[in-house]
Amino acid sequence: MLIRIISLIFIILSFAAPAFAQSGTDPKPLIDALAKADFAEAETLIGQIAATGDPKVVPALDAFSEGDLYFRKSDSAVFIGKTGDAGLELIDPLTGASAGPTSKSAVTKIRVNNNLRRVIDAAKGGLTLMSPDRGVRLAAADAVLASPSPENLALVEAALAKETDSEVKARMQEARAVSVLSSDRSVDEKRDAIKTIKSLGGRNALGILNSVSSSIDPSLKSDLDSAIGSIEAEQQLWDMVQNVWYGLSLGSVLLLAAIGLAITFGVMGIINMAHGEMVMLGAYSTFMVQEVIRTHAPGLFDWSLAIALPVAFLVTGAVGFVIERCVIRFLYGRPLETLLATWGVSLILQQTIRSIFGPTNQEVGNPSWMSGSFPVGGMTITWNRMWILVFSLTIFFTLLVVMKKSAYGLNMRAVTQNRRMASSMGIRTPWVDALTFALGSGIAGIAGVALSQIDNVSPNLGQSYIIDSFMVVVFGGVGNLWGTLVGALSLGVLNKFLEPSVGAVLGKILVLVLIILFIQKRPRGLFALKGRAVEA
Amino acid sequence: MITGFILRALEGKIVAMIVVLVGIAILVPALNLLTPPDSAFHIPTYAMALFGKYLCYALLALALDLVWGYCGILSLGHGAFFALGGYAMGMYLMRQIGPRGVYGNPVLPDFMVFLNYKELPWFWYGMDWFVVAMAMVLLVPGLLAFVFGWFAFRSRVNGVYLSIITQAMTYALMLAFFRNDMGFGGNNGLTDFKDILGFQVQADGTRAVLFALSAIMLALCLLVASAITRSKFGKVLVGVRDAESRVRFLGFRVENIKLFTFVVSAMFAGIAGALFVPQVGIINPGEFAPANSIEIVVWTAVGGRGTLIGPIIGAVLVNAGKSFFTGAFPEFWLFALGGLFIAVTLFLPKGIVDTIQHGFRVRKAMKAAAEAEKGRVGTDAVNPSAAQAAE
Repeated sequence: MLIRIISLIFIILSFAAPAFAQSGTDPKPLIDALAKADFAEAETLIGQIAATGDPKVVPALDAFSEGDLYFRKSDSAVFIGKTGDAGLELIDPLTGASAGPTSKSAVTKIRVNNNLRRVIDAAKGGLTLMSPDRGVRLAAADAVLASPSPENLALVEAALAKETDSEVKARMQEARAVSVLSSDRSVDEKRDAIKTIKSLGGRNALGILNSVSSSIDPSLKSDLDSAIGSIEAEQQLWDMVQNVWYGLSLGSVLLLAAIGLAITFGVMGIINMAHGEMVMLGAYSTFMVQEVIRTHAPGLFDWSLAIALPVAFLVTGAVGFVIERCVIRFLYGRPLETLLATWGVSLILQQTIRSIFGPTNQEVGNPSWMSGSFPVGGMTITWNRMWILVFSLTIFFTLLVVMKKSAYGLNMRAVTQNRRMASSMGIRTPWVDALTFALGSGIAGIAGVALSQIDNVSPNLGQSYIIDSFMVVVFGGVGNLWGTLVGALSLGVLNKFLEPSVGAVLGKILVLVLIILFIQKRPRGLFALKGRAVEA
Repeated sequence: MITGFILRALEGKIVAMIVVLVGIAILVPALNLLTPPDSAFHIPTYAMALFGKYLCYALLALALDLVWGYCGILSLGHGAFFALGGYAMGMYLMRQIGPRGVYGNPVLPDFMVFLNYKELPWFWYGMDWFVVAMAMVLLVPGLLAFVFGWFAFRSRVNGVYLSIITQAMTYALMLAFFRNDMGFGGNNGLTDFKDILGFQVQADGTRAVLFALSAIMLALCLLVASAITRSKFGKVLVGVRDAESRVRFLGFRVENIKLFTFVVSAMFAGIAGALFVPQVGIINPGEFAPANSIEIVVWTAVGGRGTLIGPIIGAVLVNAGKSFFTGAFPEFWLFALGGLFIAVTLFLPKGIVDTIQHGFRVRKAMKAAAEAEKGRVGTDAVNPSAAQAAE
């Protein structure tokens, strides 16, 4: 008994001394002391146990946190208890060796509360700093960064002295700086710490600096404020970048949706109201491909989109070809009538899909390389958005090359510019018309493959894109692919910059109104084709 | 002068249509109210309400025909004018509910109480007076059409581009009216109407009067539209449709001509909306949907654009077909509608009325040619293109 009291006094006294002084001491008596400690004493003891820096104490602390720590009534020795078949199995807290089963009446549970659990978590963060595993050390440094406490300072410094890995070291230095600020270290040390945190940046650093700003030494106030100011400025910059990224991401979706229309409407002059349904058919092709893969070759799932691309292109291209041959070719020169006829086509396609697949959303899965995200500076970028941007630009430039460099593209441009002349030169204009419409539809189908990854695949999918697509093409300038690119990306960015201040719906309305006003100013869009016709 | 203006409107088929409409306005309510329910001649109230709805649509199609058929402006946003007229009427009807709403607030309509409005938004002031509300039915769509047309026609936005921006207009309005804080009831729109001018909206008598009013309003608008199109102004209008540049080079202010027609047409659409709402009992932002506006174009195209009576017939036929299909084979309605779009544009580009007229004219011309042949046997060969020349 006497020994216990003395040891307790010793422990309490030693708490006042710098914690790292205990490094290397045997944690066993400290753990045993937990047996008779009340909550307040236990808190100090946990600090001491952690301060030994011995990773072996982690299981004991875990068990304490879980409420699995017991002491034997006969000799007050502390054990980890595991409920087994024969009552309670006792395990030595440090070595992990079994001390044999015992009855529940022979031991008493050491009580724990939420406050102690918090203390344990913080202590463990410090302890794992010494772990031989680099990943664990990094995670521990992050944990200290997230919840700094002066108790951890000694541990961080001890770990820092031993650390060799440069990345972990840098992280630990940041963790140390964070801990220094809340400790009672000297002003100079704190000034350095503020500098380190400032270079760290981000919302977390801002939060730490703001939280200490009320209690900090007055002489450091100016340093602190400038650090906060510079982090805030940086944060604002990142917010901007984030908005631009969201805008580009939205723009790439618009580009995808509009690019097929840039061919059918922009180049051929057909007001193709069934364009949205081509996108929808592309999405359903993806769904079908994935269904087949799921049932016959689940291993190919990651390749499903790559397989769906040609399938969607061929399916929608074929549908487009049929539509051109059966309906549109009778309506050239009557643009408003094509609008009505293609709207009719779109209703039929929608209803067909609804009759076959039902009106509900179909589930289209994301392959593994499309899910997840990665951080860039102060923001995170999701992979699917990234791929869609890459994908839409790829389609765009491929199409551009086809139009400008291939013989087929040359024929196509010749027919749209002067049909009779092209015909006289031996180009089969009806054939070129049909193929061009098929190409535009096929590209809409490819867009559907990509859009199936971010939107609901339902018969109404196309409807939600048709108006936006027309806006993009008209805004960019009909007959000009570059106009479509610039139009889509700038409308996307504009939308995302309006959104934070006025809200999503109002932002969209404003964009529509702006486009309407813009068309008054430049009735032929951003990049109008130059010409001298009075009536185009 | 005005009588002359009106008298000139009275051409054979217009008169016939007006007579039919007035006849319907008298006969249908009479058959509904005066015959016993088990009589063979009785028209049930629901059928009358349904037919009343068709008449509103017919007026809307007539409005579109005025701009599309005669001025060449294919508006894909006429649903917006219709809905705005409907909302003006709906606001009046909402104010007439008074303290009988669920929340019993004497001033604020239910949805405002629900959304924690403290007082009436400024644009609701005065809407409890019938006269003000009716003025708004004309003014709001008219003003929107004026502002929109002012900008669009002045900068010579035409053809496809105009169609697309009118579509953008109605789409933007739809998004706006879906917002709760616009003060128009958001998603649910305006509904639960009780009284109109002190008469119960649901009562058979009121419904009969509304029906008669719809028919008479349609006849009146038809008269006005006919007067416009048959006046000198109307001739210029057709000129604008067929050769805009030529008309401009002749010294006419094309943009003013278009603007006037567009505004008149928008007002017609507003009237149609105002008559539609009390008969249907609800107005919500769905009426602004771009698809609705495109449907109006089909009614007009089916009936025959540029004929004035064609759109009326087209609207009634297509909507009757819709009621039948959605009741009997709901799956096939969109197939039928889509097929109708394609068939009409491919095989009936002039619509039902014009095709029939064309048939009559060809027969007449052939008869005349036959007469001529009889009269002048052996003189010269019959001109084989007499039929076409006679058109």
